[in-house]
Amino acid sequence: MILRGGRIIDPANNLDIVGDLRVAEGKIVAVGGSLAGDSGEQVIDCAGKVVAPGLIDIHVHLRVPGQEYKEDLESGLASAAAGGFTAVACMPNTKPVIDNAPIVRDLYAQATPITGKTGARLHVIAALSKGMHNKELAEMGDLRDAGAVAVSDDAFQVQDSEFMRRAMEYAKMLNLPVLAHCEDTSLTEGGAMSEGYEASVMGIKGMPREAYEMHVARNCLLSLMTGAHLHVLHVSTAREVEIIRFFKQQGANVTAETGPHYWCLTDEACRGYNTNAKMNPPLRTSADIVGIIAGLQDGTLDCIATDHAPHARYEKDQEFSFAPFGIHGLETSLALGITHLVKPGHLSLSDLVLRMSAAAARILNLPGGNLSPGAPADITVFDPDATWIVEPEKFVSKGKNTPFGGAELTGRATMTIVGGEIVWEEA
Amino acid sequence: MSVINFAGRDLLGLEGMSRDEITTILDTATTFSEVLRRDVKKVPTLRGKSVVTMFFENSTRTRSSFEAAGKYMSADVINISGSTSSATKGESLKDTFLTLQALTADLVVMRTPHSGACHQAAEWVNIPVVNAGDGTHEHPTQGLLDLMTLRDAKGSLEGLTVAIVGDIAHSRVARSNIWGLHAMGANVRLVGPSTLLPADADRLPVTVFTDLHAGLEGADVVNVLRLQLERQARALFPTEREYSRLFGVTKSALRVAKPDVLVMHPGPMNRGLEIGGDVPDLPQSLIEKQVTNGVAVRMAVLYLLLGAEG
Repeated sequence: MILRGGRIIDPANNLDIVGDLRVAEGKIVAVGGSLAGDSGEQVIDCAGKVVAPGLIDIHVHLRVPGQEYKEDLESGLASAAAGGFTAVACMPNTKPVIDNAPIVRDLYAQATPITGKTGARLHVIAALSKGMHNKELAEMGDLRDAGAVAVSDDAFQVQDSEFMRRAMEYAKMLNLPVLAHCEDTSLTEGGAMSEGYEASVMGIKGMPREAYEMHVARNCLLSLMTGAHLHVLHVSTAREVEIIRFFKQQGANVTAETGPHYWCLTDEACRGYNTNAKMNPPLRTSADIVGIIAGLQDGTLDCIATDHAPHARYEKDQEFSFAPFGIHGLETSLALGITHLVKPGHLSLSDLVLRMSAAAARILNLPGGNLSPGAPADITVFDPDATWIVEPEKFVSKGKNTPFGGAELTGRATMTIVGGEIVWEEA
Repeated sequence: MSVINFAGRDLLGLEGMSRDEITTILDTATTFSEVLRRDVKKVPTLRGKSVVTMFFENSTRTRSSFEAAGKYMSADVINISGSTSSATKGESLKDTFLTLQALTADLVVMRTPHSGACHQAAEWVNIPVVNAGDGTHEHPTQGLLDLMTLRDAKGSLEGLTVAIVGDIAHSRVARSNIWGLHAMGANVRLVGPSTLLPADADRLPVTVFTDLHAGLEGADVVNVLRLQLERQARALFPTEREYSRLFGVTKSALRVAKPDVLVMHPGPMNRGLEIGGDVPDLPQSLIEKQVTNGVAVRMAVLYLLLGAEG
């Protein structure tokens, strides 16, 4: 297969050229220049398009096992492909929780017939604690050996500092990154959106930014103490960025991510009790957006991850305080990056690709994220100039819960290739 | 001023309401208050209309006020309480509203502990929804009856200084009063302990005080909010004793206000706590007038939203 005449952006190899790229037997075999097609070889015209390493989202909720009415592997991995992602890492807050090796192995077995056919690759993040109860450590050695790429109690934030310390020490021994949702829940209990003017007017209990910032600081300190690799999930405030920047300068083994909604939206999106703008961490202010963008520019925020959190419509059609946290992420992420980071000049296209592929892979020690000859052919082809309207009903994902419905965005994946196979193509 | 047509609209809150809109409702309520003074308090205005009141929180005053308003205008009033509704069987609020609409209710009045639930319900159904208090958000008919009571007493709201005293953070009455008074040209003060003021309160169209003396100085009106005793357990104030000492609106605290200061309270009162034990009985207390005007305001709201012919 030849991808002909695209702009090849491969930040891992410092490459940004116009040329051809050849795929054979599931691998990338040649990059750049003008390649003559062999007889019968499939040639795909990529003129005007970007040919990038397959995008990787290291923070998604695929709801398997147990909540397949929200999403299943079929729909979730296909949704990833439709959004231009060739690999995702799924979170363990399922029913039951992904806290033992048989569940990890079963997930990989379930994904096998999907990956490279109709969907992206799957990587499994396992629970840090049994049942995600923050009481007893999960059998991390078993989990690692079954293929878990990291451990996390995302959505069940570890409050006890001693427990977090031991978990980090143990995870470090096994070379497993610890992914932390940082939030002091004593400050946020009962809250449903960011504390501030909007919440005050709406009469909604606020979740103050300090609750998140203090646990980012605590976990960074514990990372310094234990040497464990701490990855801070979904950074939402400007001061969290500053805290992480400080600890990185101190030499802490810390990485961090943010999600598209944190550079696109503020808490004003909750007006009218829009449950599709309810997520945790909550949407903040325009000053925070400035800080988030600065973090992406200088690399304090290493990567972009969506926290894709599909829910059934009836679950979001509830009182604001009852509606579950979380929004759909996979099929709008690339466009929100191009529209709100690249077009206004905050980030180069190459840097956006970096933060959505190679940088994400590096955090979880995943293969992929580059277009090196010999590497598996995980490739995303996207049109950086295509404009489209977000129509949630057309999402491949079962989750239609997005605050971006009706928005006009620029940039769209046109072809997603996993292991040399086209798993998604724009109709 | 121009008279506003409310037919088919919802009443969800006073935020964003214009002076003309509020004046239309108050003027209508004033005409209905005449009905309340008759021997036979019954007019056929809403005959054949069905009004459902659905209360997911305990309420005596507001609920009976809406029920009386509907009945005085000959509407069929159906009362549903939270404990007898299908909510206890696991039905969602949306499905409950769709059911009420299918039952051909013409208007639904809802009291809910969840801020915003009336807004959401109004999007789910086509019939008018009236907010009878939603969580810590708004209580628009209480705000309107407060405005009506003040207007009756003072003739106009323009330029009045109104101090709202107490637990502002958790008060839907305070929010409706803030927006309503602001729209009508009054100066609004919020007075309360810093733990019971909402975040970023200074961005509201108000002046904020944490000292009762300063907050009451020169005030034309003091609107005292009910203190929920369970707040004490959450470290929002130390003791009832200290609260009443620092923020209780007593006769002596009122001395710094205007000599003809008016006192209001949305009820139910904790005498001796947020309000001095003898203050509700002072001649300048408007508390009983508030209750009577509550019926007139709710008659006006039902009348206007149902688009009834006069």
